Amino acid sequence: MTGPGLGHDIVGFARALRDAGLPVGVAEAAAFAEALTWVDPLVRREVYLAARATLVRRREDLAVFDELFARFFGGPAPRRGQPAPLAPRHDPHQVFRTALVSYMAERAEPSAREVDVPEHEKAASGHELLQRKDFAACTPAELEAIARAMRELRLDVALRRSRRRVRSRRRGRLDLPRIVRDAARRGGAVLALAHRREKLRRRPLVVLADISGSMELYSRILLQFLHGVTQHHGRTETFVFGTRLTRLTAQLQIRRVDAALDHAAREIVDFAGGTRIGECLHAFDRQHARRVLGRGAVVLIISDGWDTGDPVRLAAEMRRLARRAHRIIWLNPLLGRAGYAPEVRGMAAALAHIDDFLPIHDLRSLHELARRLRQLPRRKGAIHAERPVVLGALGLAAVGPRGVGYTGPLRHRGEP
Amino acid sequence: MTERPSATATARAASPQVLATELAARGYIVDDGLAMTVFLALRMQRPLFLEGAPGVGKTLLASVLAEVFETRLYRLSCYEGLDLAQAAYEWNYPRQLLALQASHRAAEPGGGDAPDDVDGLYREAFLMRRPLLQAIDAAAERAPVLLIDEIDRADEEFESFLLELLGEFQITIPELGTIKARHRPIVVLTSNRTRDVHDALKRRCLYHWIDYPAFATELEIVRRKVPALGDQLRRRAVAFVQRLRREDLSKLPGVAETVDWAEALSYVADAATLDPATVDATLGLLLKYHDDIERVRGPLAQQLLAESA
Repeated sequence: MTGPGLGHDIVGFARALRDAGLPVGVAEAAAFAEALTWVDPLVRREVYLAARATLVRRREDLAVFDELFARFFGGPAPRRGQPAPLAPRHDPHQVFRTALVSYMAERAEPSAREVDVPEHEKAASGHELLQRKDFAACTPAELEAIARAMRELRLDVALRRSRRRVRSRRRGRLDLPRIVRDAARRGGAVLALAHRREKLRRRPLVVLADISGSMELYSRILLQFLHGVTQHHGRTETFVFGTRLTRLTAQLQIRRVDAALDHAAREIVDFAGGTRIGECLHAFDRQHARRVLGRGAVVLIISDGWDTGDPVRLAAEMRRLARRAHRIIWLNPLLGRAGYAPEVRGMAAALAHIDDFLPIHDLRSLHELARRLRQLPRRKGAIHAERPVVLGALGLAAVGPRGVGYTGPLRHRGEP
Repeated sequence: MTERPSATATARAASPQVLATELAARGYIVDDGLAMTVFLALRMQRPLFLEGAPGVGKTLLASVLAEVFETRLYRLSCYEGLDLAQAAYEWNYPRQLLALQASHRAAEPGGGDAPDDVDGLYREAFLMRRPLLQAIDAAAERAPVLLIDEIDRADEEFESFLLELLGEFQITIPELGTIKARHRPIVVLTSNRTRDVHDALKRRCLYHWIDYPAFATELEIVRRKVPALGDQLRRRAVAFVQRLRREDLSKLPGVAETVDWAEALSYVADAATLDPATVDATLGLLLKYHDDIERVRGPLAQQLLAESA
């Protein structure tokens, strides 16, 4: 790699990195070229370090970078202190996975599954029926209609006070810059007081959705729902889990829903398999919690609570999560079924640490969720003004932390 | 715009290797990767963006760089809600008000000289300089070091302001005009990754992820920081910490923790070897979460100790 070939190498290498998903543009390539003027281009290690300093901007990309550098410039992959695991999308041996969309279409065809459809809703109008029809019981055409209806649904997460200040008529601290300015114009007299108050901001939303086998009939429509949420609410982080945790935030940010779900499906390696919620929450805690749970985040966990892992572990992870999150809302599609009680081991272990326990099985429950999110209590761990309707009908007393006759919140912060 | 760096500065950053030696002479040990990134940042006059776990020496690098180049360090610690008034400049409003009223009392009441007042109010004398303006407007002979610490704690609005500053190295004060840097400061940004910093900001910088140091590097750091600790004990202690970092913990011990622990050991452990009882008793210096301490204390500590021997 000398003289005339070098420029070509830089452009080619930058393109290879870009193809692998690294944010490398012309500016980065130019920076690399400039860096090469400061090092010895014949010393491989110097070229490597100069390239790394100018072309990599995220720790996650280091492993891919090393791999590609070795491939492009020859020689063994450079040694690094602690090898970062390859992200699945960069795994060269990865089998191309069936897109989620077509996968779900296949599965949905013979809808011979037994599903509870509430009897009394038969008389309702078509639209009303759709509102209350369990996603699991819907035909592909109905799901299509639901997906369209979902697009109008907005999740406005409750506001919190940030430390940034904005102008205000009356409330808040004095705005001295304005007072002085006004006074200067009025001959030094302070005639009116200006104020600044804390700016209100939407809380970040973190979604952890179960896509294991038992959630199969809900996964597709819920992913579509999450796509809408991500598009509308900029501060949404989405993860899905079964036996392992996958971050889908970037995929769901793609504007077109089909393309987004297609990319998402490629990312997921354990679709419709088993569930180890505790392990996945642990992975979330170690890899992402620090970054995404700041600034009073609201956490949505979407799962039926079927867990093949250790319930003790799940309880410990939920406790840890509860300490960091502003509020944990557990959404369980089974909660929509008559006579369901959260006896599943996993669900029982988690209950003591969640703030709200709501159904998510039909359009109506999504609207209810949207309403809830708008009106979250300000204080962490506070009881919502009204209990979820469905709780009263459930035999929750059996699992609630307060025993029989339990009417209080589901979670007791700080309780072991 | 910028003048030629001083002869010493050039000499001390002649190559990544020279730079590493200069840093090491002041107690900061770097691997060749970090040395290269710092070297290129200096040469290409780009800000340095450092990420890494807490306690790996991100902040320290800035102050050591200031020592190497015998220049001033301006430090801006970020927090949520940080704004221009706290970061760059602010007018001294109480003084302005006093001056305003004093001037009116001196003049005849109702004298129509308000426009003069406005001009007179926004003078250098009433300007309070915060770290960013200080670094840009430094009158010193050499480029200062500007440390923008824990940028992830500030909010997005502040990032976009920084973007402008780091692009042009100038600050515009509407009442005074534009202040341009005589010497482009050596900018170091650090992040603990409590959120993703916007890509546009990172693009202006050279990025480096500081990993936990390798055994030999960490040994050398401890040797310099805690000379009182015996040779053998130092090796055992560093080996134990390195082994501990492979465990699944809420927060892994950083270099700062290793140094603290080594210092503690220099007081309590008089033997040449490390025994489980001492480790258990001093574990709080390495691990900062109750869960982690509970997990490691006892059998696991003993096992890790045996494995790292």
